[in-house]
Formats: sequence, structure tokens, C-alpha cells
Amino acid sequence: MSAHDHANEQDHGHEHEHHHKDTFITKYIFSIDHKMIAKQYLITGLIMGIIGVAMSLLFRMQLAWPEESFKIFNVLLGDTFAPDGVMRNDIYLALVTIHGTIMVFFVLTAGLSGTFSNLLIPLQIGARDMASGFMNMISYWLFFLSSVIMVCSLFVESGPASAGWTIYPPLSALPQAIPGSGTGMTLWLVSMAIFIASSLMGSLNYVVTVINLRTKGMSMTRLPLTIWAFFVTAIIGIVSFPVLLSAALLLIFDRSFGTSFFLSDIYIAGEVLHYQGGSPVLFEHLFWFLGHPEVYIVLLPALGITSEIIATNSRKPIFGYRAMIASIIAIAFLSTIVWGHHMFVSGMNPFLGSVFTFTTLLIAIPSAVKAFNYITTLWKGNLQMNPAMLFSIGLVSTFITGGLTGIILGDSTLDINVHDTYFVVAHFHLVMGISALYGMFAGIYHWFPRMFGRMLNKNLGYVHFWVTAICAYGVFFPMHFIGMAGLPRRYYTNTAFPLFDDLQNVNVIITVFALVGGAFQLVFIWNFFHSMFYGEKSVQNPWRSNTLEWTAPVEHMHGNWPGEIPEVHRWPYDYSKPGHAEDFVSQIVPMGPDEKELHH
Amino acid sequence: MTSLLVIIVLVFVSVAIWQLTKIFDLTQIGDNAENYQVANDNDNSVNGYLMFAFLVFIYLTTIYCVVKFGHFPLMSNPASEHGVEVDRLMWISMILIFFVQTVTQALLHYFAFKYRGKKGNTALYFADNNKLEAIWSIIPAITLAGLILYGLYAWTNIMFVDEETENPMVVEIYAKQFGWEVRYAGKDNVLGKANVRYIEGINTLGVDLADPNAQDDIQASELHLPKGTKVVFKIRSQDVLHSAYMPHFRAQMNCVPGMVTQFAFTPTVTTVDMRNSKAMIEKVDAINKIRTEKSKELVAKGLEALDPYTFDYLLLCNKICGKSHYNMQMKIVVESPEDFKKWLGGQTTLVQNIKAQEQPVEADKATIDTATVVKDSTVIVQVVK
Repeated sequence: MSAHDHANEQDHGHEHEHHHKDTFITKYIFSIDHKMIAKQYLITGLIMGIIGVAMSLLFRMQLAWPEESFKIFNVLLGDTFAPDGVMRNDIYLALVTIHGTIMVFFVLTAGLSGTFSNLLIPLQIGARDMASGFMNMISYWLFFLSSVIMVCSLFVESGPASAGWTIYPPLSALPQAIPGSGTGMTLWLVSMAIFIASSLMGSLNYVVTVINLRTKGMSMTRLPLTIWAFFVTAIIGIVSFPVLLSAALLLIFDRSFGTSFFLSDIYIAGEVLHYQGGSPVLFEHLFWFLGHPEVYIVLLPALGITSEIIATNSRKPIFGYRAMIASIIAIAFLSTIVWGHHMFVSGMNPFLGSVFTFTTLLIAIPSAVKAFNYITTLWKGNLQMNPAMLFSIGLVSTFITGGLTGIILGDSTLDINVHDTYFVVAHFHLVMGISALYGMFAGIYHWFPRMFGRMLNKNLGYVHFWVTAICAYGVFFPMHFIGMAGLPRRYYTNTAFPLFDDLQNVNVIITVFALVGGAFQLVFIWNFFHSMFYGEKSVQNPWRSNTLEWTAPVEHMHGNWPGEIPEVHRWPYDYSKPGHAEDFVSQIVPMGPDEKELHH
Repeated sequence: MTSLLVIIVLVFVSVAIWQLTKIFDLTQIGDNAENYQVANDNDNSVNGYLMFAFLVFIYLTTIYCVVKFGHFPLMSNPASEHGVEVDRLMWISMILIFFVQTVTQALLHYFAFKYRGKKGNTALYFADNNKLEAIWSIIPAITLAGLILYGLYAWTNIMFVDEETENPMVVEIYAKQFGWEVRYAGKDNVLGKANVRYIEGINTLGVDLADPNAQDDIQASELHLPKGTKVVFKIRSQDVLHSAYMPHFRAQMNCVPGMVTQFAFTPTVTTVDMRNSKAMIEKVDAINKIRTEKSKELVAKGLEALDPYTFDYLLLCNKICGKSHYNMQMKIVVESPEDFKKWLGGQTTLVQNIKAQEQPVEADKATIDTATVVKDSTVIVQVVK
């Protein structure tokens, strides 16, 4: 550790010598300060989130009232995509595709992990900034660029990418197959390639920072669970994102240069195409080698945030700190060897199906450990019901509800019949969509004072949480049932099948909940932007938390702490420890003469 | 006008929210002047009770959904032999899930209610307990081991078909944007070779007409299956990925261009028997009630009324495949082996169809332009080679 501290001090000295004035551009735009970059990630993520959620509301309206025409379709989608207020069927698919892409990558990967890894890693491990501030800046701006390209693709005349967020070829490769696979798909691929570059730079930075720049005394077993989650998430990202990049590049080759990696024996629009020898199943493997770990890239940071918030607001140590770390690592490892459960009926060898069933169901064990540890942390706590805490409890609830149905989907035998039905949609929206979103909200409510020096309004927070919680269940709980009735996903309308007529009222219920829930997110958006400028000024440690970020001054400064970086003497979860006057003991408080550390 | 109204309503709502928060804030300044956006005892109490109420909400939602939508059509009345096994496993998993869900949600929300914070209370410093950790690793591990074993047993039975000993009937399912076709292997029970490069005219499946096995192949646009006979489906796609989904038979397999995939099952209930089953009669009645209501509305608008619904097994596309993915279906008819034989006997083979079509066309063409015919036939010869 001494070398690092030495380096830190040198940094610090450096800081003092050149105390350069920030211009507007270096402070707010091309900033290399991790706190500013975190805010940039967050705000970009929120804007993308508004677009993504709005799209889901549009296609939910289409599903609930397939025979109606809506002026709002025409207003928002324009005359080409929704003539006379009737959404075109390929535009429905485009909305589904872009909703998925934006929510998974732009909101819940970059918006969640990008924001909180950047904000918290240096502040919670006691570093002056990321290992490479410059690379961090590039990472954000590549993310911004990819967001811009993705949004631009919405305005292509032939429509944005429409082959589903999984972009399986040949549908995604052939403009003859669906109009969105023309320019829209090209932009999608370019945007994702840039996004992956951004994500990799971010992840490398997080890993290096956590390994090298921890302050004195901050051993790996004294790290807050947030940092553990971000650290492991970054590693999964480094392992799996390049594989998606390779898939995207090969797809670009197939589309533009006539290679046949994923295409073979295709007759479309009255002619035989020259492709021969490729296989879409190969693409599925490459895609899901990222696609499944991606679920955990989205979820683990949310779980890390929740661990921290539940412990702080329960005024109790997180239960089973080491088991929590072990389960994060176990989940991360298993997540890289379960991708085949998305492909049980893809035509791959059924023997592989057996293997992937086995590995998939194993993931339930560390997940169960996490869920029970959260519940035990609440037990005999002194729960402070701040909005962040509500969202964290909500996360545990949706994580359980959504996770349990994974037992059905992970079982190849049962997956045969519910694969690609609304059962899957309900499952993954609860377990990774809503859970991760709750994690993101929890993080925002909890660390808003750290980001902006002001507090979010708690009463708006309560309204936001309770309406969101009810609507989330209202949307996704009944959805399991229409899935079990065999309704396939990605159908523009179900009216072609009288068989499903009795499910139409369920679809209406779901859409009403979705519209109400979506509308109430405006309460949050209002709270966010209003409090940013007019919220109550925050005290230094509003939640009376142990971790290092609350020892830094409220006003942001380069290098985070004036003077020395604080030294760490204990783990971050000494809440309500007997023998202390307060119910929290900051990590920088030295051990008393008779005090024993729990783990070390 | 409506847009203006909507905008006005939105403005009013946001003003109302803003005012509400101001009032809330003002009422709370006295409490904790320094830090009034942090939860106080009152917030803890209110939200603690709401947590409990939310538990009730989850339970009620569950009960409502099960009662109202829980006919579980995919968990009862399987129409295939292996479907019984699938449904049994589904029920076991479902009951397990509902049990765990009920208990864990109760613990979570009850604790959130019971231990809601109060000034002066102290939390218990309880950080670790290896015994507890072991309990909740080992119990799920054992339960899952059981589920995995049962699942793998069923999976192996379903997916591994020994065509030598079981001698199932071979049927090809062929997917294309946006429809299905089927091909029966005929008397020899072997499908003729096929490739999209052979597609021409009414040979829409691209069957290699020179292949001896192809001579007795029968192409059809409706899937008929004999009850009680194991059928192995050889599945192909012409253009993009599709998925052959037959929910009533608990069967699904993707259709992959450039590759033949397969799925096998034994249908056990004929279409007529399924129509006459009690559950199905109820379901169809319920659907027809909805359709009559809707028809009334449609007729009032001067549109055509909907046809009444009668049950049929269906083959649906279940992998996003383009614009009309939502309407890519084929009727499946399960009938007694005798009826099936009769039906199949009434079909003409692909080769017969092509010959029947070619003769008049060729005769026709010969009178118009001999050169074209010569060109055409050379193309056919090349293709056949």
C-alpha cells in the first residue's frame, strides 16, 4: 500500500502547485473530474431513460387498443411511421427494439453503472480521482456520441433497427426482411460499437482504480459492497463486451461486404442470396455471451447500491458481509457460463441444453443468499424510511418475485413452452429491469446530496416510490399469466388469434398501470431538476453514514479532500456498534483500545 | 383542442405537486430544522405501515390474478405425450415458487413494518452467522438439485429421439415470411433433399426433384397429425429465423435458415376431443362472449361482425421475423389414424403437382416462343444437377 499512498501524496502536491482556473468548458463539458463525469452520465442516462420509457408507453397503448388510432402516435411518430394515428407494424417492432436497447445499455448500463462507479469508486476508496481522468472523459464522450447516433437512428426514413434488441440475423442483416434493417440497423451497429468502446474504457478505469488507488487501511475486505459490486461488474464487462463487439463487426461484414458468417441458404423477396455456410446460431452464441452477463452488469451495481443503503438505513451492519462478496463473485463467474439458456430451442445440441440448465439453476443459490441476507439485515434494525431505503426494499421484493420465475425459464424442459412468451418479458423486467431501475433510483436519492450538495424532496420521493411500486407489480404480475396462456412476445396485435381474445382485458389493465406509472416518473424528473437548483442544502453527512464519501466537503473540489486523504481504520458497516455513543462509526475513526474488528 | 386541454391539465398537476411539496416542507421545518429531507419518526411510521399494506397488495394481486386469469391453459390439458411430464414439472415448480414467494415477501415487508425506526431505538449489532448462511445456501441447493434432475430427465426424454428404433413419422415444417408449409415424407418416410436454391414455381420448398426420396413427398398447407403416432418434425426456414411454436403440444423449436432443426412429439388428443373437453368448451364460450360484444360495437359502427371462434390447434411463429410476425399461423388438425390416412391419401405428391402444372404451361409456351422454353429447360437441368 505504501507505494500507492506515496503516489497519492505526489498527486496531491501536484494539485497544489498548479491550481489552474477551470473554464466553463473544462469544468462542465470536457471535465476530467470523476464527480462531474458521473453527473454527465446520470443526466444523459435520464434523458435516454425518458425516451425509452416513452416508447414503451406507446407500444403498450398499441397492444391494449390495437384497433384505435391515437393522435399522440401521429404527433410523436410522424406521418411516415404512424399515418392517421395508426402505428405501422414494423414501427411497433422498431419501438420494441429501441426501447430494449436504450433501457439495457444506455440507461441501466451507462446510466447506472457509469454514474455510480464514477461517483463512488474514488470517493469510497479514498482516491483523488480515477486512475486515468482523461480516459474517463473519453469514455463519457464516446457514450454521449453513441447516444446521439442511437437517437439519430430514430429519424431514418426507413425506420430504426427493428429486429429486436437481440438483433438476430438474418432479420437484422437483410433490408429486404424488414425496412429497419437498412440504414437504421447500420446506425444501431455503429452506435453500439462506440458504446462498447466507451464501456470498456470505463471498466478498465474502474478496475485499475479499485486495485491501485485505495487509501491507507482500505483493504479489500474493508471495501463497501458498492465498490465490490462495481469492481466485479467492470470485470464482467471487460470479459464479455468485446465478444459483442466481435459479433457486431462480423454482422457489419455480412451486411456490407458480403461475407457469410451468420447467413446461409436464404431465399427472400423472390431471389436466392449468395450467402452460404454461415449460421445464425453462431451469432446467438456470441450475442448471449455478452447478453447474459449484461443482465448482471445491470443488476450487480444495483445490488451493491442496495447493500449500502439497506445497511445505512437499517442502522445495522449488512448481514454476512463476506457471504455477500462471495455471492457477487459467484454470480459473476456463473453469469459467464449460462448464456445458452437463452437458446434452449435455438436448434443447438440438446446436450448443451442440459449443461446450461445445470449452470443456470446454480445461480439461484448465491441469489438466494443475497435475498436472505438483505432480509436478515432488516431484522431488528431501526429502519430509517428514506426514499432510497424504500427503493432498496422494493428492489429486494422485485428481485425475489422476478428471480423465482427464473427457476422455470432456466429449466430447459419448461422453457420449451414459455420461451419467447410474455412470461419471459414479465420475468426479466422484474428481475433486471425494475430491480435495476429501483437500484438506480435508490442511488440517486441517496447520493444526490453528494452529487449536487442539495437534498431531493422526500415527500415527492415517497409519492414516486409508492406509485411506481404499485404500477410495477400492476404491469408485470398479470403479464406472467398472459405468458402462461402462450401469448408470444413482439406481436404487433393479438387480434389475428381469437385464441387470445380472452387476454385482451389483461392487456388493457397492464397498459393502464404502465401509463400511470410512466406519468408519475415525471414527479421524479421534476424533483430531480428542481432540487438540483432549489433543494434544501445538504449537510455533510445527511444519512449519518460510515463510508468515506461523506467525509469529503459538500462543495466539490478537485482531489476530493482538502489536505491529506483520510486513513481507514475499520470496515464500513459499524452501525449501532455497542460501546459507541452514536449509532454509526465512520471508517476513519480509529479502533478503540479494546475494540475488535469483525473481519480482518 | 385536446392537446391544449392535456397541456393545461399537466400544468395544473405540476403546479399542484409543487404547492403540495411546499406545504409539506413548511409543516416539517419545525421538526428538524437542519435536515428536514431526512426521514423522521412520522415518515418511518407511515412508510412502515405502507410496507405492510404493500404486502397485502402483493397477496391480493396474486390471488386476483390466479382466480381471474389463472386458467393455466399451459399447465393443464396437454395434447401430447410428453406434455404430461412437462405440466407435472411446471406444477411442482409453480407451487414451490408460490410458497417461497409468499414466505419471503412476508418476511421482507413484515420486517420493514415491524422494525420501522424510532428515535431512541437501537438496532441489534448482528453482522454474521455462518449457520444461517449455510442453511440458506444448502436448502436452495438441495431443492434445486431435485428440480435439475427431474428437468434433465424430462429434457432428455423429449429431445433425444432415436429414429432407428422408434421409427417416428417424418414431417417437414417449413417457415417463411409470413407463413408455414408442411411436407410429408410419403411412403418411404424419408424426405427428399431440399435447398432454397431449388425453389422455382410451385416448388416453394426447394425440393430436389431428382432425389429418389422426393418422389413421394407431399406438400400441404395444413398440418394434419394422426393421434398416437410419434411424429418427428424436421424444421427449416427459407429466409430469417422463425420459431415453430405449438403451445398445446408443449412444443417449440426455432427454424434456422441453412440448417435443419427438429422436435418430436406424440399427439394424444384429437381436435374434436379437445373441442369437446369441458375446459375448452368453457374457454371457447368465454371467448365467444367477448367476440359477440365486440361484434355489436363493430356492427354499430357499420363494420363487419367477427366470426364466432371454434377451437383449433395452432402453429404460431414465436421468433421476431418481420412486419407480419404477429399473423404467421397454421392450423393443426389431430385426427384418428384412419382419418389421417384418408386425408393423406387425398393429397397429390409434389412431383405430380409439378408435372400437372408444367404440361399445360409448356404447351402454352411452345406456341408462343420456343426459344424461351429451350432456355428454361436448360436452367431446370442445371438446377437438377
